[in-house]
Amino acid sequence: MRLIDTLHHRLRSLFSRRSVEQELDEELKYHLQREIEEYTAGGMSPPDAGQMARRAMCGLEQRKEECRDARGLNLADNFRKDLGFALRQLRKNPGFTCTAILVLALGMCASLAIFAFVDAALIKPLPYRDPARLAAVFETNAMFRRSNLSYPDYLDWKERNRAFRSLDVYQRSPFLLTTPAGAQPSPGARVSAGFFRTLGVEPVLGRDFHPGEDSPGAPRVALLSYAAWQRQYAGKRDAVGQVAILDGFPHVIIGVLPREFHFAPVGRPDFWTPMQPTRSCDLTRKCHSIYGVARLLDGVTGAAALSNLKRVAADLEKQYPESNRTQGADLVPLAEAITGDVHPMLMVLFGGAELLLFISAVNVAGLVLLRSQNRRREIALRTALGASSGRLIAQFATEAAALAAGGGALGVALAGGAIQLLQRLLPDNFRMGLPFLDGLGVNSHIWAAGAVLAALGALLLSIPPCLGIRRSDLRSGLAEAARGSAGTVWRRLGSHLVVVELATAMVLLAGAGLLSKSLYRLMRVDLGIVPDRLVTLEVVAPQTVYSTLPKILALVTRIEGDIADLPGVRSIGVAVNGVPVTSNGNTTWFHLPDRPWHGEHYDAPERDVSPNYFSTLGARLLRGRYFDERDGESAPPVTIINRAFARTYFPNGDAVGKQIVEHSGSGVTIPIVGIVDDIREGPLDAAIPPVLYFPFDQRADSEFTLVVRAAGGEMGLIREMAVSVRKIDNGIVTRGGAAMLDRIQDSQSAYVHRSLAWLVGGFAAVALLLSVVGLYGVVAYSVSQRNREIGIRTALGAPRGSIYLMILSEAGRLIALGAAAGIASSIAAARLMRGLLFGVRSWDIPTLAVVAGLLGAVALLASLIPARRAASVDPAESLRAE
Amino acid sequence: MSKPTDLVQGTVDLLILKVIALEPMHGWAIARRIRQMSGEILQVGQSALYPSLHKLEQNGWIRAKWAVSENGRRAKYYSLTKAGRKALEEEASHWERLSGAISMIVRTA
Repeated sequence: MRLIDTLHHRLRSLFSRRSVEQELDEELKYHLQREIEEYTAGGMSPPDAGQMARRAMCGLEQRKEECRDARGLNLADNFRKDLGFALRQLRKNPGFTCTAILVLALGMCASLAIFAFVDAALIKPLPYRDPARLAAVFETNAMFRRSNLSYPDYLDWKERNRAFRSLDVYQRSPFLLTTPAGAQPSPGARVSAGFFRTLGVEPVLGRDFHPGEDSPGAPRVALLSYAAWQRQYAGKRDAVGQVAILDGFPHVIIGVLPREFHFAPVGRPDFWTPMQPTRSCDLTRKCHSIYGVARLLDGVTGAAALSNLKRVAADLEKQYPESNRTQGADLVPLAEAITGDVHPMLMVLFGGAELLLFISAVNVAGLVLLRSQNRRREIALRTALGASSGRLIAQFATEAAALAAGGGALGVALAGGAIQLLQRLLPDNFRMGLPFLDGLGVNSHIWAAGAVLAALGALLLSIPPCLGIRRSDLRSGLAEAARGSAGTVWRRLGSHLVVVELATAMVLLAGAGLLSKSLYRLMRVDLGIVPDRLVTLEVVAPQTVYSTLPKILALVTRIEGDIADLPGVRSIGVAVNGVPVTSNGNTTWFHLPDRPWHGEHYDAPERDVSPNYFSTLGARLLRGRYFDERDGESAPPVTIINRAFARTYFPNGDAVGKQIVEHSGSGVTIPIVGIVDDIREGPLDAAIPPVLYFPFDQRADSEFTLVVRAAGGEMGLIREMAVSVRKIDNGIVTRGGAAMLDRIQDSQSAYVHRSLAWLVGGFAAVALLLSVVGLYGVVAYSVSQRNREIGIRTALGAPRGSIYLMILSEAGRLIALGAAAGIASSIAAARLMRGLLFGVRSWDIPTLAVVAGLLGAVALLASLIPARRAASVDPAESLRAE
Repeated sequence: MSKPTDLVQGTVDLLILKVIALEPMHGWAIARRIRQMSGEILQVGQSALYPSLHKLEQNGWIRAKWAVSENGRRAKYYSLTKAGRKALEEEASHWERLSGAISMIVRTA
């Protein structure tokens, strides 16, 4: 209450100054009047009474001033004066002012731009109702900690759990959209009917799915995303009720989702349809293809929900041992499932940017320190004239605040540009998976963060001169030859700042070094294939038309023939379930007849490949043979394994000729006919799992990928390949055409490593520059302070070399201290990001040594300049100058 | 005539609080009441009175209100707030301890 009162009075003093003044005036006049009345009543003449009363008041103006002081009016006045003075001071020193503001703005810009991404991904709540109560639900198995659910498992979980208010499922599901110009690929998703109710999202137009619209035989309906509504239906309200033909089936559009809605795990679907369990996978308990999202019951914690879910999974294991053995359950907050991928990367960038901001603030603090040293006489003079230390501190704080505000404002402005730039640098495929980063810009959060950082900066920048006030001694400040102890104190403070700067720069340099080395290792990782002049193109044929194996094989034969005839095509192969580096996680279950087996699951990624596939990729055959014409449609099944499979399951001896028993198919025994060297099927930085390859002709699917070895001109070839496929049937869609080298460059792991290495490298370069400039400043100042000493030394016959050595050893001590502190902190910092490093340990000694060497060399080089000046001091001149 | 500077620092605040604890009063009346109550010994001059009043108002111990005074003109009336009443109790007991201690010394000497 009192606080509010006081605040009210202070604000009134500040903003209704005139009325406060008037009241003061009136109050004192009233008093005067009563005095006069009293004197007149006592028999005095009016003029005498007036004079008497006024004398008793001892000067009206003085009383007013005292009252103003008591009201805090002068505080505001002083601030206004301080601000004016500070701005004048800063204007008088444009070099200092511009440098300080620019350096601060640079740090702020980096820090705020990264903060914008952190804010959008990790701080801003997800666009769902009460998102903290939502959880992502997974099955677990030996191979994947978070794998898909099967549809029958979902139904059992939904019915048996005691933890969820609701449980729903979703699945990425690209559709073929029939348009007048033929089929078009259309990103889509299938969800259970309650999906949007669980999230708490309501369509902006039309209605949500009704319960039951996800049962087989219900009329087919679809929801439109806001973007697709704008793009394909021009945002017209009559889009609702229209019919879209998806995968050959007409779907009635029933509604449009909100503009701000996004759900990153399925990318950016145009169409959302209810998941009617009609696909063969949906009916099989063994076939895992969907993910779960649940809203927790009130009062149920995530841990309690997980233990409940685990119990349900354990029951299912007992009930369906054939399909559910070793299938567990996992549950994490939904936010983690949506933004978890970018979390570690953003944290590293954020840390780097904050270090850069810190170093720029320390650098400017050094500048301010140097400047206040040059202003010692002014400070001493003002103290002598009666300025209290409180007033001086207020003055310095105002100057610091003006600098920080300038740096902050410029920093926010620059951050706006930096955010746009960083967004443009995101590769498309990466950006598509991160819809929560859309529309980033300078918003209120950025301004607030900028204000907080500027306030911290102001605090930091007012410390050095204020320390100086306490230590500055009036006499030495005013004395002409001010070379006494005060100078040493200043210098020591400056040295401390430089050591901090060098150590911080070292941390950033070490981080950049480790990330660069990690990127280098990643880009030179053995792919098991020859990626040059290799192109890939995904083909999606409508299932309704190409419904049987012979029909698909006929299509593939035709496509292969047409493309082989294109100029520049050396060879062509076909694969189902993706191609190297970016393949999906489809797996098959098996066991080995040679090993005792008790029903546990062995899981391995499955690839179905044509006879030419391996030779087109340039893979290396280790043993046995590739697939050939012997492995046709109706031939006995065979399999090829990779080296990891052979090492894992046949550690002692040749695997060729041994057998596996596959569960997913007919449970037949399949002989191994070859071993191929490990091909990097998944992300570049992931370990290579054991993989099973089967003949394409025996398991073809209507979705497959063409791989073509070209003689050159890859981009043109991809276009021609797409054209020739569409010429066969314009109901077929092609997508994802890319040169293998680009696929590698644009893959998520490569992108994450590259952008981290470049950004942290950039931060490190700026940090190195700033710290070296700081070091230069301190050494140069020290040389200027020791001019006389150096003059005397030279006059007494000290050789130039010893002067050099004296200055360089002073700098060297600072550099060594900074580097030592930096190395210790770098090892600690690198441990925090070891999850992002590939093929490099966080205490990689060569990297640390190179980085420390670089820092030392650049820093010593910068100290050479003042050392040279010191060595060339003319003793006669420097002594005369005193 | 006792000058205001003779008053111990801070006692003016106590006197003001005590006087307006009885009823809201304007500055001039406060000065007169202090004079009367002290048997014409204590005279709080305007130079101490008004800065004190404004300071006390800033502290939130007293609040001011404009009202028509006994001579028919507008005057600024000060009254005690809840916080002010508490402060008065503290200051009064503090003063009693202090003055008692001083008297003890003065008497024994």
